[in-house]
Amino acid sequence: MGATRKVIIEPVTRVEGHGKVSILLDENGQVTRARLHIVEFRGFERFIQGRPYWEVPVTVQRLCGICPVSHHLAAAKAMDVIVGADKLTPTAEKMRRLMHYGQTYQSHVLHFFHLVSPDLLFGFDADPAIRNIIGVIKKYPELAVQGVMMRKFGQEVIKVTAGKKIHGTGAIPGGINKNLSIAERDFLLKDIDQQIEWSRGALKIAKDYTVEHLEELSDFGAFDSSHLSLIREDGAMDLYDGGIRMIDSEGNKVIDHFNYQNYTDIISEEVKDWSYMKFPFIKEQGTENGWYRVGPLSRINTADFIDTPEAEVARQEFKALTGGKPNNLTMAYHWARMIEVLHAAEKMKELLLDEDLQGEDLVVKGERRSEGVGLIEAPRGTLFHHYKVNEDDQVTMCNLIVSTTSNNVPMNLAVEKVAKKYLSGTEITEGLLNRVEVAIRAYDPCLSCATHALGKMPLTVSVVDHNGQVVDKKST
Amino acid sequence: MTGTGKKVLVIGYGNPGRLDDGLGPMFAEEMEKLQMEGVTVDSNYQLAVEDVAAIAEHDYVVFVDADVSGQEPFHFEHVIPKHHMSFSSHSISADALMAMAADLLSSKAEAYMLGIRGYEFNEFGERISPGAMRNLDAALTFMKQALEDCDFAKYVNRFGEKNR
Repeated sequence: MGATRKVIIEPVTRVEGHGKVSILLDENGQVTRARLHIVEFRGFERFIQGRPYWEVPVTVQRLCGICPVSHHLAAAKAMDVIVGADKLTPTAEKMRRLMHYGQTYQSHVLHFFHLVSPDLLFGFDADPAIRNIIGVIKKYPELAVQGVMMRKFGQEVIKVTAGKKIHGTGAIPGGINKNLSIAERDFLLKDIDQQIEWSRGALKIAKDYTVEHLEELSDFGAFDSSHLSLIREDGAMDLYDGGIRMIDSEGNKVIDHFNYQNYTDIISEEVKDWSYMKFPFIKEQGTENGWYRVGPLSRINTADFIDTPEAEVARQEFKALTGGKPNNLTMAYHWARMIEVLHAAEKMKELLLDEDLQGEDLVVKGERRSEGVGLIEAPRGTLFHHYKVNEDDQVTMCNLIVSTTSNNVPMNLAVEKVAKKYLSGTEITEGLLNRVEVAIRAYDPCLSCATHALGKMPLTVSVVDHNGQVVDKKST
Repeated sequence: MTGTGKKVLVIGYGNPGRLDDGLGPMFAEEMEKLQMEGVTVDSNYQLAVEDVAAIAEHDYVVFVDADVSGQEPFHFEHVIPKHHMSFSSHSISADALMAMAADLLSSKAEAYMLGIRGYEFNEFGERISPGAMRNLDAALTFMKQALEDCDFAKYVNRFGEKNR
């Protein structure tokens, strides 16, 4: 193997938390490989051991300040299994769904309006001085306000369903601890039509951008892959529950309606010496070929239909672009994500008008079990929570597969594709760096496992030659 | 809060599952118990863009966060609204948040940062280190006085202004 030079980008801007990209160059300045290093803070699985199982849905939120609700619900679903609650009451399930759609809505909205929109509205080559959220505020203030107000609405939904931001307690093993009062319902209902209207607008921006830039995006970090998500029994997209479906790049169903309580029968995780993160893969396909994508793109690709009218129309338009085949464009994640925003808004309205949310029957229990698995379609993709509990009600084993982990290989591949096309030689331009980051941002990775306290999070870009010497260094 | 009619928002933020990173939320919890008139208390894992809506409804904002390397037992600074080029995640810094509140919602709120020195951050655990607890107590005593006076500027001078 010839000498290589390493380009390091750290941490990746406008994604969650910390990340570092290494691009390995040969002596001619050509990209040979690219890797996204995620400084994941391990140890949570050990931290949770010994805790009483009923505490877990609350405690597990400490894992991530970005998407605590997803962990809260996935853990609660696993604990439902532990307490033998095989079917929740309608009030409990619908309250949890409302909480989940609120979480999905606010997460997607923030990602789109405040992290991604500068790239879409100004272009990858725009002056960095305006290609950021400040530029959006200056040029499109109404859009920036919309983003804030949509995000706020999602947070209000979470507040009335989960409780306090820091100590969300809404979901408990076997159900929920409160229903939705009439006052809370009316408070949310008065704004829901506006939210749906804004969601339509956001979807249009994402769709128009993708269609208008299709030629460029078709060669931008795109690659064939399998897609995995939960799917409802009738084939509908379901963000809260279902069986596991995986399709290949042509749309053939490789796995369908698989009971996730047995996920270890089909999925394993590989550890690599250069990354702190694990690499999940489908056992039958092996470590080399068994990787898959998760998240909005995968969910739209795997679903037979969406059960809300406007999002279903949007899904059909999305599918028409590829003649019904899966869409494998990395940048199509944004379009798919905005279809989900509209779907979440429609679902929230449907639920708010459902009298079951005012029901009084909140918790069920059954035969106690010692092991439980909870899956949910978190904003970024399928989230796995798996626990074992002893006779003293203490957790003895915990295994989590977070969505960003499942997208580990795809993100590396996307970076490599982009780097091979746009990065060569020694010059690191803002445009080149941003393209690498744009590819990663499409997956909305959550790398937020570092504390955020004051004095952290510098941003440095370095070029290291084949002798290990830093030959270029930039801060952004 | 004593009869000034001014509205104060106190936001304590951090992750209670990351040892001393939980100083902000714990501070907020203690403040909430005081039930001070005119004072709204909020807490979260981190600051987020939607906080601009609450900021715009108040005259003063006090951000409370753990500090990994600042002055002991705490520091208190004026937050100068400032947009960041590197605004970079689902969380946002206090000064960038204030700049957004001013630009998007014409907020005139004046903001301060109370940074409480912590010492242990790098593992999971729902406990505050003994040193950080002492700093928290000192910060609470300080803030009670500052809120009663409702003249935050005079408390800044010892520590100076610094952009965050």
